[in-house]
Amino acid sequence: MSRLLPLLVFAALCGLLGFGIRWNTHHETNEVPSPLVGKTAPEFTLPLLYEPAKSLSRRDLLGRPYLLNVFGSWCPTCQDEHPFLMREGKSLGIRLIGLDWKDQPDAAKRWLQQFGNPYETIIADEDGRAGIDFGVYGAPETFLVDAQGVIRYKRIGLLTPDVVATELKPQIVAVSKVATP
Amino acid sequence: MRWLLISMLLVAQPALAIDPLPFKDRAEEIRFQHLAKELRCLVCQNQDLADSEADLAKDLRKQVFDLMREGKSDAEIKQYLVSRYNDFVLYDPPLKPGTWLLWFAPGVLVLIGAGVLVNILRRRARHVHAEPETGEDW
Repeated sequence: MSRLLPLLVFAALCGLLGFGIRWNTHHETNEVPSPLVGKTAPEFTLPLLYEPAKSLSRRDLLGRPYLLNVFGSWCPTCQDEHPFLMREGKSLGIRLIGLDWKDQPDAAKRWLQQFGNPYETIIADEDGRAGIDFGVYGAPETFLVDAQGVIRYKRIGLLTPDVVATELKPQIVAVSKVATP
Repeated sequence: MRWLLISMLLVAQPALAIDPLPFKDRAEEIRFQHLAKELRCLVCQNQDLADSEADLAKDLRKQVFDLMREGKSDAEIKQYLVSRYNDFVLYDPPLKPGTWLLWFAPGVLVLIGAGVLVNILRRRARHVHAEPETGEDW
């Protein structure tokens, strides 16, 4: 038995290393889980990108679930994500609200003109305060908010078809069911 | 040449004020720098908020400064960031059930190691006592 012990310890270490490698390849190691999931979305009142005189607040969006996609024309990964939103945005079966984060409105408009606009409404967070309230640290980020205004899910980084199918879609289905009282 | 080198060293200051904030006095600046050193930049996660050049870090420094001006305590400012960005923003994570492993695992591992070592040494001592040196190495 005592002869076998070093071998067992070695095997255990190998197992631990293997687990670490697997974990790191299947998880985003930079991802910080948001403390806001399961909580009411933070208050905001932001001007619309296309009609700056009008504004949209958290309360205006209550009643139906929505997807808040944080993007910016300066953000290369948002550009990678964009074709997916253009292609699949409609078929998600949920309102898609864009949060133009830390961006120049004119630059954002040019960007949307060039690549297309998948959003139902876009709000502009020029100084980035609302983004900070939402705990945004790396665009693109996507929040799923239910009809009661509670954040149900958050994706940090690119929405890939795989992530959408395995994580986002089931969540959308779940919040849509309870959406109509 | 030597003078050039010395003058260069004199000029080379640690990059403290990346974006000059309007501190009212030295004490406020020291408090700010101290606080920013304890907070992690979310974008470049191995840097603290004081050193990071990331755009978000700049915004967060401004936010921390504004909260200080509003009269918030250090604990309240940390709570402000933790409620948005998780305990991860703190370089010194709080002690709570979720972080027990983080805090105690190293100590537990050292204790296990010490236990194993003591065990081996005892056994070896007994071994030596029981049968005198035969010259055979195990």
